[in-house]
Amino acid sequence: MKNEGVIYRISGPVVTATGMEAGMYDVVRVGHEGLMGEVIELHGDKAVIQVYEDTSGIRPGEPVLNTRETLSVALGPGLLTQIYDGIQRPLATLEEVMGVFITRGVDADGFDMEKKWKFEATVSKGDEVVGGQVIGTVQETETIVHKIMVPPGKGGKVKSISTGDFNVTEDVCTLEDGTTMQMMQKWPVRTPRPYQQKYAPDTPLITGMRILDFLFPLAKGGAAGIPGPFGSGKTVTQQSLAKYSDAQIVVYIGCGERGNEMTEVLDEFPHLIDPNTGKPLMNRTVMIANTSNMPVAAREASVYTGITIAEYFRDMGYDVALMADSTSRWAEAMREISSRLEEMPGEEGYPAYLSSRIAEFYERAGRVQTLNGDDGSVTVIGAVSPPGGDISEPVSQGTLRIVKVFWGLDAGLARQRHFPAINWLSSYSLYPPSLDQWFRDEIGQDYPEIRTAISSLLQVEAELQEIVQLVGSDALPVDQQLTLEVARMIREYFLQQNGFHEVDAFCSVDLHYKMAKAILTFQESAKSAMAAGAELQDVVNVPARTELMRGRFESTYTEEIDGLLNKMNEEIAAAIEEN
Amino acid sequence: MSRKEYRTITDVKGPLVFLNKTEPVAFGEIVELRMNDGSIKNGQVLDTSDELVIVQVFEGTAGVDLSTGVKFMGDVFKLPVSDDLIGRILDGAGRPKDGGPEIVADEDADIIGAAINPYSRQSPHDFIQTGISAIDCCTTLVRGQKLPIFSASGLPHNDIALQIARQAKLKDSDQEFIVVFCAMGITSEEYNFFRSDLERTGALENAVLFVNLADDPAVERIITPRLALTAAEYLAFEKDYHVLVIYTDMTNYCDALRQIGAAREEVPGRRGYPGYMYTDLAMLYERAGIVKGKKGSITQFPILTMPGDDITHPIPDLSGYITEGQIVISRELHQAGIYPPINVLPSLSRLMGSCIGAKTTREDHKSVSDQMYAAYAQGRELRGLVAIVGEDALNERDKQLLDFSGVFEDKFLRQSRDEDRSIDETLDLCWTLMSDIDTKYLVRLDQKWIEKYHPDNRE
Repeated sequence: MKNEGVIYRISGPVVTATGMEAGMYDVVRVGHEGLMGEVIELHGDKAVIQVYEDTSGIRPGEPVLNTRETLSVALGPGLLTQIYDGIQRPLATLEEVMGVFITRGVDADGFDMEKKWKFEATVSKGDEVVGGQVIGTVQETETIVHKIMVPPGKGGKVKSISTGDFNVTEDVCTLEDGTTMQMMQKWPVRTPRPYQQKYAPDTPLITGMRILDFLFPLAKGGAAGIPGPFGSGKTVTQQSLAKYSDAQIVVYIGCGERGNEMTEVLDEFPHLIDPNTGKPLMNRTVMIANTSNMPVAAREASVYTGITIAEYFRDMGYDVALMADSTSRWAEAMREISSRLEEMPGEEGYPAYLSSRIAEFYERAGRVQTLNGDDGSVTVIGAVSPPGGDISEPVSQGTLRIVKVFWGLDAGLARQRHFPAINWLSSYSLYPPSLDQWFRDEIGQDYPEIRTAISSLLQVEAELQEIVQLVGSDALPVDQQLTLEVARMIREYFLQQNGFHEVDAFCSVDLHYKMAKAILTFQESAKSAMAAGAELQDVVNVPARTELMRGRFESTYTEEIDGLLNKMNEEIAAAIEEN
Repeated sequence: MSRKEYRTITDVKGPLVFLNKTEPVAFGEIVELRMNDGSIKNGQVLDTSDELVIVQVFEGTAGVDLSTGVKFMGDVFKLPVSDDLIGRILDGAGRPKDGGPEIVADEDADIIGAAINPYSRQSPHDFIQTGISAIDCCTTLVRGQKLPIFSASGLPHNDIALQIARQAKLKDSDQEFIVVFCAMGITSEEYNFFRSDLERTGALENAVLFVNLADDPAVERIITPRLALTAAEYLAFEKDYHVLVIYTDMTNYCDALRQIGAAREEVPGRRGYPGYMYTDLAMLYERAGIVKGKKGSITQFPILTMPGDDITHPIPDLSGYITEGQIVISRELHQAGIYPPINVLPSLSRLMGSCIGAKTTREDHKSVSDQMYAAYAQGRELRGLVAIVGEDALNERDKQLLDFSGVFEDKFLRQSRDEDRSIDETLDLCWTLMSDIDTKYLVRLDQKWIEKYHPDNRE
């Protein structure tokens, strides 16, 4: 095998090498500085390589070394709390080595190879183990137990296994056939990790955002797309999901986005407290930050790095949520590489394989029975940034064909400062039929019916608004004016949510169910009061309703809401007396 | 060391020169072309292989023939940087244009610029007071931010940019910004306007100008902003200055990018712009910011004119996805005679939340800004309704909001070109204007601020 070749051509991030034996997706080291690259095309003796670092100053004739490995991530204790670039180099390590600007030619381990972890064996000598089976545990962070698994494809009878303090490369277990196992394993990023079978999703991923949980729920193991023009709040929504969703592990991929915003996330996350455990949120988080000016090939890889890490935690039996912000930047990276390869372009210059790559990526989501026999899930939430906000473009369309939940962000709503700016008319979720049983059992028997009532009110409002645009609201009959008032209450009290408010940012399912019911209660009492002769204005303006609505910013709201509701009903009843 | 001169040009196409077999040439290497008349043009390697080298010539290829001599300079493009840059005017390729001496370099800096490690950035949080109410109140500028002006032909974006450059300061501080001004394909008239204004106010002594005019080679525009940002990075991160980079006009830059893409026969993306334009723009815009352990900062004010006033055009669209908000200039307001004609509704500052409040601007800022915005948005919307049903059909609340939208434009937006309002003046003005609306309709104002700041409660 001849593993060394020479550079023949350099065109931006694409380098062609000759005289080297290579296979597709082999990782190579390019030039004297050893820049990391990956083989993406073969033409006879020529191997086309995408390079993950800037290629300025590299010359034809410099050496290329094939490592004979495919692009892989290191998996093991130490992953959590890390912040990586697109190819799993910890940013903190890069800072130590390079300073504040990212230079090139530096390799860095994905996590500390020397740190000793307390490994506790869960199988014993003589046990048969198979690929994916848990053989021991490590308390990685306060909240997360890292399960050490037999790498898929290996297995046999345990010859020896020891509990104790080890670093990730020391042998912890030996099989009869001489196979040794360490706490760290490697996995090629472009290959999905195996599982026994996929299940249909039946549990919602609780995000704490009312409009999502209530109207457009996402299942654990599902996939959602968030398309929206710039300034409509995609990033804020994604970050809110990363903070508050009830997944046990969160993988956040900042793919080709703004440096300052990424920094804000990096600054903020370590100080956030997980509302579910009361411990720092970073304890359950892995972040990947590849900003828009970092090398484009690494941006292409970042999405795969992220989902492979997510699958690894899924295999331990965890519910993992993966946020990718933004998949459009990932698609653009594919387009850029493709055009350097002079491939025949498909729609809008994107490569013809764009939609199959998008589909393959989202297909790595799912709720599965792991090789160890546990339940685990990966939920994927991908932001899409359509040019000009027009979702007829290829990335949005490729995404919508595959995801079952569509949270459509709306620049108009964002301009009205209606946040989250998710359009309730264009968004959809195909999960309610599979999740409704859960909502009935856990929250309230009439939950799906309440949802239907609220969403049809919003539909009716949209129709009425068209008339109001023409004739003004005073021209409508009072019952329709009441409908508008109730719909306004849904929008301002229920759908709007302040993602930066300490209390309002997260709303439990129980509470939002109560709030939705409160709106319907208001509608009922107002209707009967008006039937009994009360004026619309008097009913709508009872002070207790404002109190009910403002109350949601108080931390004691869950306890107080029933009392406030009663008070409102009394005041509405009193409005009848006045007339 | 004397370098070999090649005379192996095979093709010349637009700004590109194609050469046959040479020594191994580095990607991105600087090239000198010696014309027959002895003059020198500069270029850069875009593609290199054993057989073929493609060179992009900054000054255009007029006069290049197959016998033109080509020298490879052995290094990538670098800008000599030092303190001496301050107060100088350079051309689009970094050569003195003011008749002064060459820059004596402290060091030669690579103009491509490395990406800042996101982990090493510091979140921007210092409020910059521009003295323009619309910006200070509604789209607050933060030190280290990149906030473009989305404008269109015939609108006074240059006046606004200059006013910002003149007035920008940290609250309660006299510390001035160093202005790095980068002109790409603007007319000499516009350039003279900028220069004379900077001269008049004495700001030129604290400025560095890189100037590529409309009749200068278009390809040179590709490097002009990179030179400007390299100078800015040096001044900010080596010399601890706070730098304000104004570049105009990004649209000309993008068109130059498209020109090169077309000459290379690349597969075009939307409207003929190259597919990598997002990455390319990001390599410029992302050079704004503050890094840990350095005292200086880079704040960017790119100006771009939206072709056909279309905000979905690829240039504003891709910019909007990279920059931290935008200030949108409105033709409608301009025609109504309002200066600065800033339409606050589509304008946005993404970093605003991190720099307003009791510690930096004033405790009521967020509340006031939200309320001003909401009331104006509703008032504007009502104008459409009034056109159909007439003003009499409005209820009391709507009438007040409608009136407010007029007052907002006339009193709040409008200010003169040298009027420098402090943030306190701006916020007090907001309260005065909002007092025309019944308090019960001002639902976004916190009760405690109403008690403290509302004119009715202040006497």
